[in-house]
Amino acid sequence: MIAARPSADDAVPAAVVIRGLSHRYGERRALASVDLDVHRGEIFGLLGPNGGGKTTLFKVLATLTPAQEGRVEIFGEDVARAPLAVRRRLGVVFQHPGLDPKLTVEENLRCHAALYGLARSTFRTRSATLLERLGVADRARDRVETLSGGLARRVELAKGLLHGPELLLLDEPSTGLDPGARRDFIDYLVRLRDAEGMTVVLTTHGMEEAERCDRVGFVNRGTLVAVGTPHALKSEIGGDVVVVQTSDPDRLRERIRERFGCEARLVDGALRVELPRGHEFVRAVVDAFPGEITAATFGKPTLEDVFVHLTGHQFWAAEGRESP
Amino acid sequence: MTRAAVSSVAALWWREIVRFVRQPSRLVGAFAQPLLFWVLLGGGFSASFRAPGTPADVGALQYFYPGIIALVLLFTAIFATIAVVEDRKAGFLQGVLVAPIPRASIVLGQALGGTTLALVQGILFLILAPLAGIPLTLTSVAMVTVVLVGVAFALTSLGLVIAWRMESTQGFHAIMNLILMPIWLLSGAFFPVAGAPGWLGWVMRLNPLTYGMAALRRALYVAAPTRIGAVPPLGISLLATLAFALATFAAATAVARRTS
Repeated sequence: MIAARPSADDAVPAAVVIRGLSHRYGERRALASVDLDVHRGEIFGLLGPNGGGKTTLFKVLATLTPAQEGRVEIFGEDVARAPLAVRRRLGVVFQHPGLDPKLTVEENLRCHAALYGLARSTFRTRSATLLERLGVADRARDRVETLSGGLARRVELAKGLLHGPELLLLDEPSTGLDPGARRDFIDYLVRLRDAEGMTVVLTTHGMEEAERCDRVGFVNRGTLVAVGTPHALKSEIGGDVVVVQTSDPDRLRERIRERFGCEARLVDGALRVELPRGHEFVRAVVDAFPGEITAATFGKPTLEDVFVHLTGHQFWAAEGRESP
Repeated sequence: MTRAAVSSVAALWWREIVRFVRQPSRLVGAFAQPLLFWVLLGGGFSASFRAPGTPADVGALQYFYPGIIALVLLFTAIFATIAVVEDRKAGFLQGVLVAPIPRASIVLGQALGGTTLALVQGILFLILAPLAGIPLTLTSVAMVTVVLVGVAFALTSLGLVIAWRMESTQGFHAIMNLILMPIWLLSGAFFPVAGAPGWLGWVMRLNPLTYGMAALRRALYVAAPTRIGAVPPLGISLLATLAFALATFAAATAVARRTS
């Protein structure tokens, strides 16, 4: 039935198979024939600016938005044809708070358990374990409206995990978390994946979070521009990334080309050069054009650099509008 | 029906009740305003209003009384409706939409929640019947309760048809004033069909709430049917109300199925 599957030697279907997925909001194209496979047990990050299409992709995976064109399968089941079967295996944590603030933590979880038809005893043991592990057990009887943003977020995750999903979908999960809590959060996801073999797909525009994913996919202007492990993607950039600030970037770019024979890219008013031994280049370029350079930095390539490398624009500068 | 389809109805119903209890302002809104309407309008019209076909001692205060019970139901239904729109905005409903349950379960849970709240408030209002000059009997209370369940379910479901289509509560006042209030005004709650000019009389006969209103009057005056004037008979009224409830519920479910 399914012809194109990369892990053809594997008898069990992949967690997610997307083929030729396109979506428009009126005239505007949100997704243009996206193909993607997510393997079982991997943590996959969808990375990209807001308005790039990752929210639409998320909503299609969450069975909220039907695919207009193309095919989406989750654990071998067609999302369009068997949404209920797919939903049973999904855990979804939305960006918007999905908890009822007027209910207590426990009441929220109990309500969720009922939506998934969990037996009372299963609910009790699972919710106790999850609240304990996520460090919110002592707040179980408090109303959600009295919780801090970070704590509410953890309860949100507990809710998404309560029914033991095989695929966990997280939309911007670290929004509203401080850096420490963000690290804890990812650590916890990694442990869950290791312990239960759960597959995780998350959207993010946090680079640190993306670095911790097994694989990431860059979504920009409705297409998947690259998919790979963070390491492989960063290796595509030759060595270091040097960013040079100057008052007349066009002129300096010409002169860098004449003098050093390398091509600098103009990104957001600054010149970027990707090359090995960046620290030497920084010194050389400052010595070569005294007084013209206001700042020069070099660093190991990050995923953000990969994004710039692939699209020619800054991550944040690409922010557009995406209808909900 | 799966286990989740059933348990989710109960959970969503229960949640509506808990939320209501924890927001006392809603009780005031749904109860105090109709009470005020009743006292002011009933008092104000007491000298100038008399429903055609009713005995002389049925004043405005008494004639309006069943109508105000219907208004209590309508207001509760409206509040339940607003709650659904807010659920969508806040994200709670998204979590429900991705659960492995049919949309009909979601709508049924919401409708039963709203119905329960409306019913409780309607029955609370019923305690005031002797003040309106309407004696209560065990039979009349039991019959009124049955009618209230039907009317409350229909009105809540009607509210849900609107709520599932709305992105925000902003346009809600227009809907309320242009659709929901006229449905109430033209149901015989405020003036009888008999007293309305021909064209308006036909609008009232086509208004499904007219039959809910008639059933309510028939149930309330079960011991003294001569005091109601000309309203449709009980059997037809109950059937029409049942049809109204089923139709609005089906419509709300259909709208919910299309919502993503």
